[in-house]
Amino acid sequence: MALSSPRWLPQALSFQRRTGGRRRARGWLVLAAVILALLIPTLAQAKPVTVGSKKFTESVILAEMARIALEQAGVPATHRRELGGSRILFDAVAAGDIDFYPEYTGTLRFETFADRKLKDDAALAPILAQRGLALSKPLGFSDGYALAIRVDTAKRYGVATLSDLARHPQLNVAVSNEFVDRADGWRALSAAYGYGAIKVRGIDHDLAYRALAGGQIDVTDVYTTDAEIAAYNLVVLKDDRAFFPRYDGAFLYRRSLPAKAVAALDALAGRLDEAKMRELNRKVRIDGMSETDVAREALGLKADTTAQDTLWSRLLARTREHFALVAVALGLALVIALPLGIAAARLPRLGTLVLPLTGVLQTIPSLALFVMLIPLLGIGAAPTIAALFLYSLLPIVRNTHAGLTGISPTLLDSAEALGLSRKTRLLRIELPLALPTILAGVRTAAVIAVGLATLGAIIGAGGYGQPILTGIRLANNGLILEGAVPAAVFALVIEGAFHLLERAITPRGLLKSTQ
Amino acid sequence: MYSRPGFATLPAMYELDAVRVSYGGVDALAPTTLSIAQGETVVLLGPSGSGKSTLLRCLIGLSPYDGTLRFDGAEVKDWRPVRRRLGYVIQEGGLFPHLTARGNVTLAAREFGWDKARIDARVRELAELVALDAAQLDRFPAGLSGGQRQRVAMMRALMLGPDVLLLDEPLSALDPVTRLRLAGELRDIFARLGMTVVMVTHSLREARFFGGRAILMRDGRIVQQGDIADLQTQPADDFVAEFLAAEEAL
Repeated sequence: MALSSPRWLPQALSFQRRTGGRRRARGWLVLAAVILALLIPTLAQAKPVTVGSKKFTESVILAEMARIALEQAGVPATHRRELGGSRILFDAVAAGDIDFYPEYTGTLRFETFADRKLKDDAALAPILAQRGLALSKPLGFSDGYALAIRVDTAKRYGVATLSDLARHPQLNVAVSNEFVDRADGWRALSAAYGYGAIKVRGIDHDLAYRALAGGQIDVTDVYTTDAEIAAYNLVVLKDDRAFFPRYDGAFLYRRSLPAKAVAALDALAGRLDEAKMRELNRKVRIDGMSETDVAREALGLKADTTAQDTLWSRLLARTREHFALVAVALGLALVIALPLGIAAARLPRLGTLVLPLTGVLQTIPSLALFVMLIPLLGIGAAPTIAALFLYSLLPIVRNTHAGLTGISPTLLDSAEALGLSRKTRLLRIELPLALPTILAGVRTAAVIAVGLATLGAIIGAGGYGQPILTGIRLANNGLILEGAVPAAVFALVIEGAFHLLERAITPRGLLKSTQ
Repeated sequence: MYSRPGFATLPAMYELDAVRVSYGGVDALAPTTLSIAQGETVVLLGPSGSGKSTLLRCLIGLSPYDGTLRFDGAEVKDWRPVRRRLGYVIQEGGLFPHLTARGNVTLAAREFGWDKARIDARVRELAELVALDAAQLDRFPAGLSGGQRQRVAMMRALMLGPDVLLLDEPLSALDPVTRLRLAGELRDIFARLGMTVVMVTHSLREARFFGGRAILMRDGRIVQQGDIADLQTQPADDFVAEFLAAEEAL
């Protein structure tokens, strides 16, 4: 960790001033050293227990509570925040990339194992056991679907339960589009409670709360622990016929988790109910407290002031992560794409195969590619680097090919007429002549990679994407900018660095200024 | 003055037997049989597309051909060793823009393991021959005039001390004054080194200036060869007469 990378940089830049091939060789060495210095701390971490969280506030709070509880119990733990949706987290825990994460029984029954058509939550245990997984004791709250109504409306009409609602078809009901479409959504609910007379509309979930507050609608679907229920002064209608399945919160853990850790998780059982969870969500989403502070408070601990990291230390850590992702991906891409581009230029038949193939890779939507790589490489830096690597191939292969095939035939004839070997022709004539085009391709790849690497945060790779992701979740523009601005600056710095590199290693005779 | 009797008795540098170049069934060079003696100067003449450059490229193995081509008594199987005995100069020099003039000139010698002292001595000798100074040699091609570039190209072609010099319109991209000066210098160099020279040109005047045997080509075939004066007095057909008259008139 103590390796200070910035000290290398002035040295690296000073190499431009020297002349000859040695300068170039040493320049590459320094670059390799910088990359290693940034990587070693990332790769050489010891492996504590790892908790993951989904990309919404409640999941982050629960995971943070678990992490703190484990550390209190003397089990070192790290928290990989906001990894994505249920599918990514489940795959990650099944593959051992993380040791546990907060999950809901309903999600496991109706999403993860929907095809099994499980009768009840108890049926989950054997299926999980087959995969080496288990659920901790329930935390005490259910975060499921419910219908909510403003407190004053509820009082005026005397509506307290879902059955009561059937008697008031004049109420304006609007539910999220997703809830309208679900088989176990509005249609089934309507059949169970006899809502035939109620006219229902679809509405965006985020707009629903504002519409409720403004009186445009009277009833909407909510999650039982939504922070907004408390904030907008709403009341949840009691599910008196037990229509909605329970989404009991618990930790889904690997059975390999140390007994001490499992005991610490089970000790959290019953500590929360819906009102309490709503309160914790509100403190983060509406009051703007950090998840860590809220989690500590929920565990009866004081807010930890010693661990407060500064903006600069956060920026430095994320820059290190981001740089490592881009540098490794780009380095690998160079090693593969350069020979591939040369081969494609030499063998036109191979070229007609390789160029469209790398082009197709480029068209895979980036999010899809990131998620597709998880089963192969797990979560974190590896799949992110793999995705960035694949996206970097096209610009480098294409520009290497274009640079080599674009060399004037008279120059190629001249080189051949001199009786030079193929190797000398490639190394001394063709590659130097193609170098400006090749470098332009590498620069394009680098800038694309810097931007795409922000998506890596979704699968736990860290970097500048992390605050962007959190900022979107909390609708916090400051946090979004904390990731977006450095990412943009970093892209510009990369542009500039490549500009310098191009000037340094482009043969002088090919620079415009010498003419 | 330009007739050189007795070449037939000298050993042949090149012997072509039914050498033919075709691209997609079209003959760029119809089957051609030709002998070029050691020390002879040959000028390939003809309108564009007549196959003269293709013939020249065969002589350094840049065009794939059918038939038999013998160099210095042996059929050429592998061109690389042969090319070290050949110097090749093309229009506008064909210099590598990323290397200095000196880098261009010494590239092949370094590849073949000459030591620095030998390279430096040879460069000095050639620079004097083509009238370039050291400062000019350290420039990149883009920083040189057209005439200087062509002089550097000559140095590069002569660096390894070849037996044959092959030139493809070496003067045609130059302004008239430079062309005249360089043509004179080239003729002196040829005379001084006593090399076999094969030069492509589309200019009758250039052909006459360098002298030697003129080979007039049309549609990939040799139409007539011999002394320019003989071609003019006894044209083989109407094309020869017309071509020579047109070149003379403009």
